Amino acid sequence: MSTTIAAPPDKRVLITKPRTSDRIFRGVVTAFGISALLILTLIGVFLSVRGIQTFHSQGWHFLTNFKWEVVQNDDGTATSNLGIGAMLLGTILISIVALLIGVPLSIAMALFLTFYAPAKLKTFLVSVVDLMAAFPSVLFGLWGFFVLMPMVTYWAKLIYKYFNWIPVFSAPEPFFERSPFTAGVVLAIMIIPIVTSVSREVFAQTPLDRIQAAYALGATKWGVIKSVVFPFGSSGVVGGAMLGLGRAFGETVAVFTVLNIVFRGNWHVLYGAGGNVASLIILKWGESTGDETTALLAAGFVLFILTLVVNLSANFIVRRSVKSGK
Amino acid sequence: MTMTVKPRKPWAPNRKDRVRSLSVLAVAVFGAWAVVSFTGLSGKIGFIFSFVLIYTLVQAIVGVRLRGSKALGDTVAQSIIYLGSALVFMPVASILYMTVTKGIKGLHFSLFTASMSNASFLDPVGNGGLLHALVGTLYLVLIAMVVSVPMGILTALYLTEIKGKGAGFIQFVVQAMSGVPSVVAGLFIFTSVILVSPLKTSAAAGALALAVLMIPTVTRTSQEVLLLVPTDLREAGLAMGATQWRTVAMIVVPAARNGLITATILGVARIAGETAPLIFTIGGADKLNMNPFKDYQSALPFYVWKGLTLGTPESLQRAWTGILILLILVLSLFVAARSLGGRRMAK
Repeated sequence: MSTTIAAPPDKRVLITKPRTSDRIFRGVVTAFGISALLILTLIGVFLSVRGIQTFHSQGWHFLTNFKWEVVQNDDGTATSNLGIGAMLLGTILISIVALLIGVPLSIAMALFLTFYAPAKLKTFLVSVVDLMAAFPSVLFGLWGFFVLMPMVTYWAKLIYKYFNWIPVFSAPEPFFERSPFTAGVVLAIMIIPIVTSVSREVFAQTPLDRIQAAYALGATKWGVIKSVVFPFGSSGVVGGAMLGLGRAFGETVAVFTVLNIVFRGNWHVLYGAGGNVASLIILKWGESTGDETTALLAAGFVLFILTLVVNLSANFIVRRSVKSGK
Repeated sequence: MTMTVKPRKPWAPNRKDRVRSLSVLAVAVFGAWAVVSFTGLSGKIGFIFSFVLIYTLVQAIVGVRLRGSKALGDTVAQSIIYLGSALVFMPVASILYMTVTKGIKGLHFSLFTASMSNASFLDPVGNGGLLHALVGTLYLVLIAMVVSVPMGILTALYLTEIKGKGAGFIQFVVQAMSGVPSVVAGLFIFTSVILVSPLKTSAAAGALALAVLMIPTVTRTSQEVLLLVPTDLREAGLAMGATQWRTVAMIVVPAARNGLITATILGVARIAGETAPLIFTIGGADKLNMNPFKDYQSALPFYVWKGLTLGTPESLQRAWTGILILLILVLSLFVAARSLGGRRMAK
């Protein structure tokens, strides 16, 4: 007797055929999703296309040249000798000052909010920090010029008086108004919100069991912060500080107001002569023509690339550290 | 008879602790006062400096006596953290105080009914007004909203609903975009729109520059809100036989409505005070211009900027008054976003 085993039925294939409405929906949404990339690329393309002449005529020297001059020749043509070296140096100097002042304050604030503040005070202070991020930059300029600058100039004189044997704190002449130090202090205040909120986010993700374990072993609050919170959150804080650095590189109006822009390489932080790429652009924009305008667009392109690189690496670091907390 | 045990909190500060911390504070205030009165250190900075130093010192001594040597680092760190937080808080208080006290002097009724067409920034403060700047800001914000809110929300939908292959990368790009300096956004619109398209210097051009800055803010906030919508709701929609399009349009977006409005408001608050992009794109008029697509336009931040750069007492007074009004605008947007957001969380 033979039994025939029925062949097993074919495996059912599940296919959902998307409806037309869904296809349209997905298409439209995907197109908009890509638009962000498109805009970012277009920014780079347009600025570089317009600014490329400058890179042709000035070469790489554009980045290191401290001069910014357009000389009218006798035959009516103009020779331009344009470079943003002094401005790049100034941007970096100001940003370092801003980071050195802003980051420790932000860390203190973030620690206070996460580990010390009572709940009500915490809600209030979080709003205050968020509010600070919403202040218009022209307000920082106005306030920085009239309220902060007299104070900072006074501090600068004090620092100069007692520490001028340190090369960075020396000055060729005792002139301390509108110095990179002043601009750095204003920028420090402006980057505090972003650095604080990133640090707070990272600190809040410290595993509770490790904190409690440290307390159970008899650690003080500072002991817990030092041996559990900092090792856990340090890379996040670095990322936050770099986001702040990106902000500091790109800040325009506030820096322009409180900084004396001079085309010469100055690394004396207290001395009233500095530079800033973004401020250079609005300083020269109104009066510039031809070569100069192109050079300003090229400066904008350099600024764009600089902030892009800083921001991308910052986001990379922050994302990695936030992920590791989960 | 049932006995209820009264909950005890042995860690809460008792009366003795409070007296102790108050007396430490009193010693520090008195000590600082003594230092300022009798030594070379003087002024507010001297007082704060010596107060912090003495407070830390006394606190550390008391801590070490009570809890042993480990308390030294703890108390010092605590003082530094408190001091740092106070230093962060001070500029905010100072900015608000100065803006209100300085700005309020220049407030007068015709500010909201007149433009600067018949007045100069150097005239006495009573002449002219900032109606043209208010109208300009209104146009800028409205057009920027029309451009960036759909773009921002749709990008957020791509990141949360479609989750295509590129989602991680697009997320990265959006974050990079939020770091684009405002001056670069202005230059971008100048080169890509004003130089090459029929749209010349006008409110619309300025609004496009602002939109570049607003899109990432709207996207990121919307994304957070959309992620809060429970997956159950989406699955329920799909299980009822709805297409993805119907699920998103009829369930997900309505559920997140308040949050999406919050995202819009936060985006507006982000751009309402931007000055740098406007310098390249709106030209800065002194008279009322009702056409957002043609001719020079003004805006509140630009008005402040102009007053600030002219630098005479009258123009500076105009700048302070302008910034007060701008600040009130930004603050009310901020509070609106907060209260809407708060209600969303409460649900």
